[in-house]
Amino acid sequence: MSGKLATTGVFDVKAVRKDFPILQREMNGQPLCFLDTAASSQKPLPVLQAMDNYYRLHHANVHRGVYRLSQEATDMFETARKAVQQFIGAGHEQEIVFTRGTTESINLVASSFGRAFLRPGDEVLITWMEHHANIVPWQLICEQTGAAIRVVPITDTGELDLEALEQYLKGPVKILALTQVSNTLGTINPIRKIVALAHEHGIPVLVDGAQAVPHSPVNVSELDADFYAFSGHKMYGPTGIGILFGKTEWLEKMPPYHGGGEMISRVTFEKTTYNELPFKFEAGTPDIAGSVGLHAAIEYLQGIGLENIAEHEHELLNYGTELLCEIPGLRLIGTAANKAGVLSFVVEGTHPYDLGTLLDKMGIAVRTGHHCTEPIMDRFGIPGTVRASLGMYTTKEELDRLAAGIKRAVNLLL
Amino acid sequence: MESINEIQDAIIDEFSFFGDWMEKYEYIIELGKDLPLIDAQYKTEDYLVRGCQSKVWLHASLEDGKVIFKADSDAIITKGIIGLLIRVLSGHSPQDILDADLYFLDKIGLKEHLSPTRANGLVSMLKQMKLYALAFQKQLTGKND
Ligand SMILES: Cc1ncc(COP(=O)(O)O)c(C=O)c1O
Repeated sequence: MSGKLATTGVFDVKAVRKDFPILQREMNGQPLCFLDTAASSQKPLPVLQAMDNYYRLHHANVHRGVYRLSQEATDMFETARKAVQQFIGAGHEQEIVFTRGTTESINLVASSFGRAFLRPGDEVLITWMEHHANIVPWQLICEQTGAAIRVVPITDTGELDLEALEQYLKGPVKILALTQVSNTLGTINPIRKIVALAHEHGIPVLVDGAQAVPHSPVNVSELDADFYAFSGHKMYGPTGIGILFGKTEWLEKMPPYHGGGEMISRVTFEKTTYNELPFKFEAGTPDIAGSVGLHAAIEYLQGIGLENIAEHEHELLNYGTELLCEIPGLRLIGTAANKAGVLSFVVEGTHPYDLGTLLDKMGIAVRTGHHCTEPIMDRFGIPGTVRASLGMYTTKEELDRLAAGIKRAVNLLL
Repeated sequence: MESINEIQDAIIDEFSFFGDWMEKYEYIIELGKDLPLIDAQYKTEDYLVRGCQSKVWLHASLEDGKVIFKADSDAIITKGIIGLLIRVLSGHSPQDILDADLYFLDKIGLKEHLSPTRANGLVSMLKQMKLYALAFQKQLTGKND
């Protein structure tokens, strides 16, 4: 694998790019310029190889067989769990629950925590910048339990209104659920401070870490988050696997989410008792290959160094911000002081869909639309944005192409 | 009046002169700009076909046994393609519209715009056009089921 970086300590984006086969592709006759990493990142060779190797040599169902092969698969699965635990600085392996992704992780907490702790009159506190995945699960459980949702507003720069947050925390709030990094605005929220505030009121916090984990070091113990959710596919791992970290004290008090095999201790038709953590929350055959790929992705990220990635992306963000701001009529949506590698924008007189369509013709892959955050669009009074998002393999040349492409597209459109 | 297929063939012919995607899109964008497609009174929620990326408004009426479509979009490329769809389908009998096989978008390399992943409202608009035709067809044949 790409050891160069780990050994020399120098971040070399050209070397990194060689690890991602898909980046050699052409689109519409141009080298692919992939600027949609926030939606899903591309996969480096070590991840692909690890999954291939698993299926070729080690596959069997986990936790079930006395035979050697099943033991191998189980070891790989549980080693992946251990790797995740260490990667995010969790206290115990049993606090790492494998899910299908951030969405399922949040649904799990909304449903299980909600059934155990939400009553009529209670409040669930979320923010205006949440992904639909951190809105809708709470709406569903509030409908069932009679609890209500309150929403912390954001400012014109796309930052949380911390005063309002403090005020709302004084209400009958049972849980605060918010994102660490906004997928649409790029805003990095001061999570540690917010968690501390919530804890002063005895309120647990779920952090949506989908956009945070791939881009900078995260330590859930330092953050003191009660729940932390993220997705493998956004951190250079495979689709289909996600993670829920939950503090033992909470997970133990919550009822299971799905029922089935793996999650039980003993089943009779009269009464079933549940397995211990984390298996209580992992019904059915898990995504074993996904866990192996995720493990490889973690090692890859560690090999390159998340500090290096954060620095690279930060430099690119500044570079891209300057380039885009030079374009007449372009308005950045999301101008927080503390921002991750997301450039969301609109150009006066053009529709994001038209811009995205023309950029695609130039081989530039950006996302257009509301990015599963419709309330943000309503807040800024726009139909959507064009969003370019950065990854460890993004280059300055690609941002140059983006800026030139936007100018060309705007010329066609206006 | 030309048949639906004659119009489709004429469009395919026109597009065959474009050298690259730029020229093609320039043309579509011009189409989108030039066509005031729908009266302001119909640009309301009632006539909105919601795509998740661009909005499309569609209005249909029956005049002398022919269906007249008017439509609009907030995105100019979507609007240009709507212009083409209306040129092909508007002014024909409900039965002809129901029977129509729209092959021209594929032939001129714009089929991707009818993919559901684009969520631009065009797929829903086409479906809605056929539903209007069906409703008018029933009206004409006096069937009321
Ligand atoms: C902030 C945020 N939360 C949640 C999600 C949902 O993640 P997934 O689709 O992997 O479940 C995303 C992905 O778009 C996201 O950006």
